[in-house]
Amino acid sequence: MTRALSPVIVGAGPAGIRAAEALVAAGLRPVLIDEAARGGGQIYRQPPDGGFTRPKTALYGTEAAKADAVHRALDRIRDRVDYRPRTLVWNCERGALDLLCDGVTDTIPYGPLILATGATDRVLPFPGWTLPGVFTLGGSQVALKFQGCAIGRRVAFLGTGPLLYLVACQYLKAGVEVAGVFDTTPQTVQARALPGMLRDPATLAKGLALVGWLRLHGVPVHHGIRPIAVEGEGRVRALRVRHGAGEIAVECDAVAFGLGLRSETQLADLAGCAFRFDPMDRAWLPVRDTAGRTSVPGLYIAGDGGGIAGADAAELAGERAARAALEDAGLPVDAARVAWLDRRLARVAAFRRALNAAFPFPQDWAATIPDDLMLCRCEGVSAGTLRGVGQRGEAREINRAKALTRVGMGRCQGRVCGAAAAELLAGALGVGPDAVGRLRAQPPIKPLPITATPVQEATP
Amino acid sequence: MTEHIHCDVAIVGGGIVGGSAALFLREMGFSVTLLERDWCGAKASGVNFGGVRRQGRPLEQLPLSQRAHAIWGRLPELLGTDAEYIRSGHLKLARSEADLDSLIAYKERSAGFGLDLEIIAGDAFRRRFPALGDRAVGGSLCPEDGHANPRLVSPAFARAAAARGAIVREQTPVDRVSRDGDRFVLVSGDALEVRARVLLNTAGAWSHRIATAFDEPVPLESLHPNMAVTEPLPRFLDVNIGVEGGGVYGRQVPRGNMVVGGGRGFALDPDRARPQRDAVLTLMRDAAELFPQIAKAHVIRCWTGVEGYTPDRNPIIGPSRTTPNLFHAFGFSGAGFQIGPAVGEALAELVRDGRSTAPLDAFRIDRFPPTP
Repeated sequence: MTRALSPVIVGAGPAGIRAAEALVAAGLRPVLIDEAARGGGQIYRQPPDGGFTRPKTALYGTEAAKADAVHRALDRIRDRVDYRPRTLVWNCERGALDLLCDGVTDTIPYGPLILATGATDRVLPFPGWTLPGVFTLGGSQVALKFQGCAIGRRVAFLGTGPLLYLVACQYLKAGVEVAGVFDTTPQTVQARALPGMLRDPATLAKGLALVGWLRLHGVPVHHGIRPIAVEGEGRVRALRVRHGAGEIAVECDAVAFGLGLRSETQLADLAGCAFRFDPMDRAWLPVRDTAGRTSVPGLYIAGDGGGIAGADAAELAGERAARAALEDAGLPVDAARVAWLDRRLARVAAFRRALNAAFPFPQDWAATIPDDLMLCRCEGVSAGTLRGVGQRGEAREINRAKALTRVGMGRCQGRVCGAAAAELLAGALGVGPDAVGRLRAQPPIKPLPITATPVQEATP
Repeated sequence: MTEHIHCDVAIVGGGIVGGSAALFLREMGFSVTLLERDWCGAKASGVNFGGVRRQGRPLEQLPLSQRAHAIWGRLPELLGTDAEYIRSGHLKLARSEADLDSLIAYKERSAGFGLDLEIIAGDAFRRRFPALGDRAVGGSLCPEDGHANPRLVSPAFARAAAARGAIVREQTPVDRVSRDGDRFVLVSGDALEVRARVLLNTAGAWSHRIATAFDEPVPLESLHPNMAVTEPLPRFLDVNIGVEGGGVYGRQVPRGNMVVGGGRGFALDPDRARPQRDAVLTLMRDAAELFPQIAKAHVIRCWTGVEGYTPDRNPIIGPSRTTPNLFHAFGFSGAGFQIGPAVGEALAELVRDGRSTAPLDAFRIDRFPPTP
């Protein structure tokens, strides 16, 4: 690889850091770009420099050792990578990335490109979801890990997925009262998924330990629920859910909710990657092989940005993608190590299927969303408005629905409402979410300040 | 199993021109089939800036533009929606005394066309438009011009045509077009064959393919106007803004977002285009200079489209010179949105009467030297 082909990694979470580590070990000096001030990604997000007194064991709970290992890995290679923290990649255009750092834009060409862009929470709206005090699970975790605060004094946890239990435990450990954990998945479904999860007994044991620890501390854990509403005037006061034939109401001043994660794929889209519908993630994802190669030569995807598999898988996938990049550039790779990574990744894939069976997406939820409920907060589009263009035959595809209703056109560009919009439009048309397509990415992938100055014009 | 449709008029291209032609032809009683490769109004007609402006057009376009102005006034009645159309006024800014002189000269030249232009300068300009920065020394206001949401207007014309009985087929590319006796034959894969006495070529940036199929190649170039929109801001601007000499344009939509345009995107392939990074950054700088209120805002989205441009920047509108009953309307060169509905109406007249009441001579297809 010549200097012009210097590899670029986007994202310094578990996948990006392990990818950088492997490239450095091969004698290269990759560019490592990350939005955060400190490495670790969302899952191992580090507190701001200085001022934080809680140790890693308190911040990350059961994940502390892994978080520490990933942080140390970055520390070790820091002087051998072109590390660019606090930097947003806002566009990908014809072989170059556009960056924004401290109000200054810069453009860097890339040779091999490894996208390790991670994921955000997948949410569906329900009555009261826009009340102040309702946060996503990931957002609740960021508050704890980065802002040193909780989203409330008495918090209810709603949704499904491993994060539901992990964040509830982290909150409990931080001294917050947990009003209850409300899992949309019935206990029978989770029990049926147990054998599959035995593929990774350590992770399964940890998951069961989380639930046990919550119960031990008197936290009610309910299964098979559906939300009715978050109640309150200008502020969360209570959460009401349907449970079997009955109803449960808990008083709380905050709600953390999420239905698993969704991949951040905009850069892959702008870079021209082919996508396919992944029934397990119920999302259109970049096509990639087990090593992370996409349809675009020289472009690799590692970690949750290409499909949700979690932090452990992300570490493996990051290293694997880096080794694929080395191999494709004609550099020597350690075949035994690659074979080991492939075996581990295959096990992860199997475990991921089991995990998905244990925390399935509640497919019936979207149909119950009332027409007058706000779906797209940025543009003020209700569920009924979106359903209407489907029912009247005006839009059979999500970008067309966007053009007619503005859904997904606002600040978040559909990153928050996109999954729900696809479910609602599909429901209105009587088809699966695969049939309505995916929102096309448009630059900037996150809002760009008008005052952003090109680096060549910025005064030193 | 191929479906066969026989009709009076086949239209290729469901943009604002094809859609409005279908609508007016149905009102005259013709049977119409409209074929659109994508979704109707999803290309240049639906992703343009949204300016509904007569001011600044070459004089030869003004008769059509005036007729379009009347049609825009009837949108709710024609389409069942106002599509966020507002007669806010269009203000063309002068950044120098020389530019102001150009605006005054245009006002004089266009005096007979009913634009009611008003030149405002100096202190009167500052008092009237306090929101505009110091960059402008004055401007020319066309009070009845305005802006609309192109994503809503353009699909609505095709929808209104369908509601009046036109057959509208979206996601239907035309793979072959030929003559069989006195009929045009349009084929879309194995699925559809349309036979029609009259063919309207309203396929936008792709129209030259049909023109070429009938031995009428035209020098049409695809370009990609670059646009961006900010997050919603408090209302500070009603009028649609252009600048003498070009460069940047802007309008604030009722939701508060500021839509600005300037510069060019680039082609991904013949069918798709993307905004271009340097154009986006230049546009942000120029727009913030013109509209100080947006300086602290964010751009939330950029886009462009694929638009056909002719060498003289006037469209091609009128009968084919090689083939009877073939009519063209394309090459609007970035300014087809406002006059589109009047062009559709003129096409309908050409089909019915063989001539249009609007002068179209400047838009003849044979005005260009033959392309090799």
